[in-house]
Amino acid sequence: MTVIDTAKPLVQARNVHKAFDHLEVLKGIDLDVMPGEVVVILGPSGSGKSTFLRCINHLEAIQKGFIEVDGEQIGYRLKNDRLEKLSAIGIAKQRRKIGMVFQQFNLYPHMTVLQNIIEAPVGVHRESRKDAIENAKQLLKRVGLSEKVDAYPRQLSGGQQQRVAIARALAIKPKLMLFDEPTSALDPELVGEVLATMRDLAKQGLTMIVVTHEISFAREAADRVVFMDGGVIVEQGKPEDVIGNPQHPRTQSFLSRFL
Amino acid sequence: MINSTQSDAAPQGVANFRDVATAHTPFRTGRLLLWLVIAFVVIDFGWIIAHNEGFGWPVVAQYFFDPTVISGLYVSLGLTVVAMILGVVIGLVIAIMRMSNDGLANGFASLFIWFFRGTPLLVQLIFWYNMSTLFPEISISIPFGPTLASWDTNSVITPMTAAIVGLALNEAAYMAEIIRGGLISVDRGQAETAEAFGMTKGRALWRIIIPQAMRSIVPPTGNQLISMIKATSLVSVIAMADLLYSVQSIYNRTFEIIPMLLVAVLWYLLITSVLNLGQSYIEAYYGRSERRNAGVAKVEAATGEASH
Repeated sequence: MTVIDTAKPLVQARNVHKAFDHLEVLKGIDLDVMPGEVVVILGPSGSGKSTFLRCINHLEAIQKGFIEVDGEQIGYRLKNDRLEKLSAIGIAKQRRKIGMVFQQFNLYPHMTVLQNIIEAPVGVHRESRKDAIENAKQLLKRVGLSEKVDAYPRQLSGGQQQRVAIARALAIKPKLMLFDEPTSALDPELVGEVLATMRDLAKQGLTMIVVTHEISFAREAADRVVFMDGGVIVEQGKPEDVIGNPQHPRTQSFLSRFL
Repeated sequence: MINSTQSDAAPQGVANFRDVATAHTPFRTGRLLLWLVIAFVVIDFGWIIAHNEGFGWPVVAQYFFDPTVISGLYVSLGLTVVAMILGVVIGLVIAIMRMSNDGLANGFASLFIWFFRGTPLLVQLIFWYNMSTLFPEISISIPFGPTLASWDTNSVITPMTAAIVGLALNEAAYMAEIIRGGLISVDRGQAETAEAFGMTKGRALWRIIIPQAMRSIVPPTGNQLISMIKATSLVSVIAMADLLYSVQSIYNRTFEIIPMLLVAVLWYLLITSVLNLGQSYIEAYYGRSERRNAGVAKVEAATGEASH
């Protein structure tokens, strides 16, 4: 964080708490993400990193604290100095600038690759069909799947499906991209192609928050690595510091498993 | 390696004889015998039917296209189509209400399903038909306030409306459960993805969830449609001139009960057979993304998917 230090953060999370019934998953998360920054969240399973990601676009509601994306508080609005819950439509509108890529890809199986990509731009963002198709083809070229325009998701490998899912998320021209363990459901030999695509995006200045187990990706593509454990941020900083020279014992023991 | 008792059939080392491509199916005498016995029984049965005067085949032929029968057929078909469409639409609404987190909607849907599934259709039909004894007038008014408009119940609830309302509401209760089952069967991640992309609930349902749910909704709905065709025969008790009622009205005059019932049976079978055919086409349509080879999929759809 050097030049962009003066800019306003794109994402601001303050004292975020989240519990499922009585199980506390997030115990006060503070995190700022600057425009153009690539933040990789590492941590053992159950550390709350996926839950935190899902709170950012309000797939999960938080119980304490607040999250702001692009100047808007997610899920709520201030009215006459009082905070009120947004309606479903209000929340849907806020989500329209946030792209998301899921662990299980979640492509729409009844639609072709092209239909998958243009669904939100045409149906939600009211782009013209012609422009959306044009843009979709560009994006497919970018993820290296131009020849799969008319294929159904079932006909693609896991890695190809995930690259389509990335193109689909990019098609809404998001200000922020969330990746929820994008390579965890993939066969090892298919992980590389997806990570390469993501590395490309990182280089192009897209703001990304990535939850992953891929230490190598964190080391190469991240501007900042955040290590979470037990619902709190234990350590964060430049990848060479957090991964190369971890200070906290829990970070050390987590990373030692990957060496 | 090979058992000595069977070694002469396939001598060791002679690979040609062991290649399964050269195998033949041995003649099965028992099976031929079974076929002959069954063929005999079927032919005998057919002969009995053909020669039993009681069936009155000439009468069946004579009345098959009788104007009364045909108009009854139209009534049955029309009733089926209207009641089914209303049933599906109301059923969809009830299913969505049943799945919502809203207590009011959920409670209403549960009550609806409980009542209309829990009482016999025949009773419901008679009930609707006799609505006027309960409520002689139907009116639109502000509760405890002035009346805006009112009608005589007997002029609103004709046999036709009683039949449509009765059949449609009963069907809606069953369709609601079928549709709900279909919606639940769609992976939760799909709704979540639609949500994450900023779709409204309605759009997500219409574009993402329902098309995928169709695969499990269509087969039982086909079942329901066929049940519905037959259930329309119940409306004959409220003097609605459907297919059954019209053949009854003929045999009340001519006393040719069995031949006239056969006319109705043959028509019912004819319709349900056509529907079966339609159902398999619809199933093929909603299963199209399941097929692996997309390039072939279009050709397959064009040639009518005959191989399955």
